[in-house]
Amino acid sequence: MKQIVVLSGKGGTGKTTLTASFAVLSKNAVVVDCDVDAPDLHLLLNPIVLKTKDFYGAKLAKIDKDKCAICGLCIEKCRFDAIDENFNVNPFLCEGCGVCGIVCPTRAITFSQRKAGEIYTSETKYGFMVHALLFPGEENSGKLVTMTRLIASIVAQDKSKSLIIIDGSPGIGCPVISSVTNVDYAFAVTEPTESGIHDLERLLELIKHFSVKPLVSINKFDINKENTRKIEEYCKENNIPVLGKIPFDPIVTEAMVEGVPVVEYSPESLVSKEIKMIWKKVLELI
Amino acid sequence: MIISVASGKGGTGKTLISTSLALSIMDKEIQFLDCDVEEPNAFLFLKPVIKEVIPVEMPVPDVNEEICTHCKKCAEFCEFSALLVSPNKVQLFPELCHSCGGCALICPVDAITEIPFRIGSLKIGNASNIDFVYGELEVSKPLSVPIIREVKRKTKKDKLVIIDSPPGASDPVIAAVSGSDFTILVTEPTPFGLHDLKIAVDVIKQLKIPFGVIVNRANLGDRKVYDFCKEKNIPVLLEIPYYRKIAELYSNAIPFITVMDEWKEKFRKFYFDIERIIGK
Repeated sequence: MKQIVVLSGKGGTGKTTLTASFAVLSKNAVVVDCDVDAPDLHLLLNPIVLKTKDFYGAKLAKIDKDKCAICGLCIEKCRFDAIDENFNVNPFLCEGCGVCGIVCPTRAITFSQRKAGEIYTSETKYGFMVHALLFPGEENSGKLVTMTRLIASIVAQDKSKSLIIIDGSPGIGCPVISSVTNVDYAFAVTEPTESGIHDLERLLELIKHFSVKPLVSINKFDINKENTRKIEEYCKENNIPVLGKIPFDPIVTEAMVEGVPVVEYSPESLVSKEIKMIWKKVLELI
Repeated sequence: MIISVASGKGGTGKTLISTSLALSIMDKEIQFLDCDVEEPNAFLFLKPVIKEVIPVEMPVPDVNEEICTHCKKCAEFCEFSALLVSPNKVQLFPELCHSCGGCALICPVDAITEIPFRIGSLKIGNASNIDFVYGELEVSKPLSVPIIREVKRKTKKDKLVIIDSPPGASDPVIAAVSGSDFTILVTEPTPFGLHDLKIAVDVIKQLKIPFGVIVNRANLGDRKVYDFCKEKNIPVLLEIPYYRKIAELYSNAIPFITVMDEWKEKFRKFYFDIERIIGK
């Protein structure tokens, strides 16, 4: 089984648009949305949820005011400033580390597991999909990504699928690291902007750090051809294949508004033709 | 006053808006805090002269193997799987450590002390009249929140503070926007923009921060973002259409308001609207 993750560093370069199109073009894949903070892939693939699994994130401290001796040790030892002077725990700041529990002399502090999100196993007209939602404001997005990928592997094995396509999050932090570890290829979608280039370089460094093979495509390449050339040169110098260059076309937004992957909405458009060509190259490599 | 610029979805124009706002207000002292520490971009637009680079370090455990009895209490306690204890060796994963200090507290033989572990840096400088601070997460380090908190610690409350937040809706966003007097949520009029705006609105409401929306690329997509804002009584403070010229200037990291003068005025009016809303 092979795994490919679609990443970008900078947000809004077209990860989900490409992943949805790959889902249409691939015949034997499980598609996974690991952008658990702001998942959008379901808006294009319209999954029917078969199974929902609760995700429990960090623990949350709770102080029993009847047992509390008001000694303040918990406040002193909490490094996240999560307990205020009235011994109330701020759920946004509490990381569930457990330190307050071990320093409390009267054992007034207990911990509850908080449901922080959900993982869905679904079916779409293009095949199976596993996706997740981290509830707004929660932490531990990396752990949720790891669990979502685990369920996706089980589905892939169960249904004898040979490929997992993962839609990742922007950035290079915790959720991205969880989505890039142990995949075969990381497909970086960039755009020819100064921000895009800066973020791509950091992303490629991350991909290299985790010994994953990088692939690049340049979206909206015609917005700045000089920058596109710079990206191509940079990739050439670093031996990174640039699989394609997709032009800017409002048809992508139109397809999104209709809730349909662009290669299906407008198969003859230049955008779709280029995406098909890119996918062909990906399959050849895999 | 502290104004933060956030969005659920990435790439909607947070940096475009926050840098334009900073450049359009001439009569105030401004501090710009770029809290998108995974992929900070505002410096590309404001081109600050960086005068100081401060490492951001977190205390992580250091186990004295001569004292350690390999009782595993530390590993059992650690919620973040940062320690692995085998019968005769302790393995550390400092990048997973949240620096709670619990392992050192729980160790029965006091074998654990703490040493600093670098996860990123703060860069401090200025771009003409704008004080500029940004954080940068070191590549391959997962924890952005401690760096965001360090950036926020540099807040100068007597200035107009503009915060560029990371995308998403989880703890890094909360760390970036909390304490703001007002949050601007930047979206685009597409199903993705709307879906992620709703998530971002949820977070900002939980934090009880007054907020309003900017619709970027306002002439692409559909009307559902506007319907949502109307239904929820969320003010749409500014609309920026998609012009190829804006996209091209952006691609070269040129703030469009420095070239398209009429927009400076619109941003100033937008700022006064915020002042009016929060009554300052």
